[in-house]
Amino acid sequence: MTAVRPHGRLDAPIKKKEVKLAKRTKRLSRSTSGTVALFMFLAVFGVFTSMPIVLTISRAFMPLDELFLFPPRFFVRNPTVTNFADLFIIMQESWVPFSRYFLNSVIITGFGTLGHLIFASMAAYPLAKNDFPYKNQIFATVVLALMFGAHVTGIPNFLIISALGINNNYLAVILPAFSAPLGLYLMKQFMEQIPDSLIESARLDGASEFFIWRKIVMPNVKPAWLTLIILQFQALWATTGGVFLRSEELKPLSFAMNQIALGGVARAGANAAVIFIMMAVPVTFFIFSQSRIIETMATSGMKD
Amino acid sequence: MNHKESTWSLIKKNCQSYGLMAPYFILFFMFTILPVMIAIVLSFTNFNMLQLPRFVGWANYTRLFLENEIFIIALQNTLIFAVVTGPLSFILCFIFAWIINDMPPKIRAFMTLVFYAPSISGNVFFMWQYFFSGDRMGLVNGFLINLGILDDPINFFRDARFIMPILIVVQLWMSLGVGFLAFIAGLQTVDKALYEAGAVDGIRNRWQELWYITLPSMKPQLLFAAVMQITTSFAIADVVTTLAGMPTVNYAGDTIVTHLQDIGWIRFEMGYASAVATILFLLMVGTNKGVQRMLRKVGT
Repeated sequence: MTAVRPHGRLDAPIKKKEVKLAKRTKRLSRSTSGTVALFMFLAVFGVFTSMPIVLTISRAFMPLDELFLFPPRFFVRNPTVTNFADLFIIMQESWVPFSRYFLNSVIITGFGTLGHLIFASMAAYPLAKNDFPYKNQIFATVVLALMFGAHVTGIPNFLIISALGINNNYLAVILPAFSAPLGLYLMKQFMEQIPDSLIESARLDGASEFFIWRKIVMPNVKPAWLTLIILQFQALWATTGGVFLRSEELKPLSFAMNQIALGGVARAGANAAVIFIMMAVPVTFFIFSQSRIIETMATSGMKD
Repeated sequence: MNHKESTWSLIKKNCQSYGLMAPYFILFFMFTILPVMIAIVLSFTNFNMLQLPRFVGWANYTRLFLENEIFIIALQNTLIFAVVTGPLSFILCFIFAWIINDMPPKIRAFMTLVFYAPSISGNVFFMWQYFFSGDRMGLVNGFLINLGILDDPINFFRDARFIMPILIVVQLWMSLGVGFLAFIAGLQTVDKALYEAGAVDGIRNRWQELWYITLPSMKPQLLFAAVMQITTSFAIADVVTTLAGMPTVNYAGDTIVTHLQDIGWIRFEMGYASAVATILFLLMVGTNKGVQRMLRKVGT
């Protein structure tokens, strides 16, 4: 008897029964063959998606003789870090010191991400919580901007940036990044779930809108911060500066890495190490922020 | 008159809100709205960055559609990408998220990473070069030669027959992005009570559950993810240039965007390139709006 009622509570067995019943009804709607088929499907695609990533890791630690083996090898047999050492040597011999490329990337991703987070959330708060003329039209423009990519605006942007005199300057990459539409969109959707009462009480105390944004809204949307940070970080981390950064000493790490990655046979080892590093940074970032990002994405939907 | 005054006073009353939005929207206007307008205006001019733009009417457009065979090929390729990878990646995003959703949280997090990683890992698509490399060192060639199926390696990225299919595969591989995350999150927020109610109302299997309960409750996420997938699938360019070169063999894999980059940044025909950009803009926005209208009907 005591075994059935572990806590000695009278209602314990009844509750257990209910749980069982609920489970059974759930199982009724799930056929085994369907489950097996779905999991097979997932497994096949899972292997397909992870193949290039596993290969990246594997090649990064392959000694040169394994990189050039025939038939080609997928998994590394004698892992080594010589590829990273080779990469380090190439970095030291490069015309522009490698620390410079790294610094450029830090400046571009750092400021670009920070500014985007601040500007986008500052704009998102009134759009989410206040009511004022043209609010819907303004937000509709942002949604419209989600519907076309940066490729459409490339040439005019080059003209505008030249006219502003910030061509071949970090600002040419950083300033447009501040106003990326996706961040504002996600932030606004997430802020909508902040209870109005929180904001109202501060307003009754005579707080300014900026104060409310800074002290009440922002502390409540930390998951969304992380989401904006990682999305923007990824975008800027991958940017090569293109036509906007022409001087070699302004180019970011991804540009230098691409040059090494295209280096061909002579640099096969360093090349494998480079791709690994370029991948590892954003992926690690994502691993640690995944649950917060999913939380933000729950409010990402577009309403009618 | 009265209405206008009240609008103005409302604007004044909300000046703090506008103030908060100003920094973002000034930049947004400068780098997103204004460029679209400039592109449309420039598309009616002849502009080479050295001389002032000269108005040419519809000449750029007639030249694109009537004289430029490469543009027609690029347009076709872009539409193939959009029609194949767009819907397919959208559906795959949903199916994967849906299967993953039933898993325990730890496994769910791992599977999310497996599918999402390609879209964030920068230039790892470069790895496909090793799979489809044109010599015996390529994994696919090496494997097939080793099995005796092939005698000589196939030069995948130099053979017009293989370029598009391979690019589609690579594009699909890296297309599980933000939309996929939105699905994962959305599925977790579907009201569980709906499923119980559905079971009472005679829903017999998971497919019915999916169609009658899950999909209709996911409508906002479906709309959002569709925008993300469509916009990416029309903008395919980097993958093409990195893997298959610029231009690709016989233009077999060129897209509107690579063609735009060719005209704009290599030939400096900015007016002509702006016409391509304008067409791309209309295609993207038009498709997005159309699909939005379609998806709004889900479950109604």
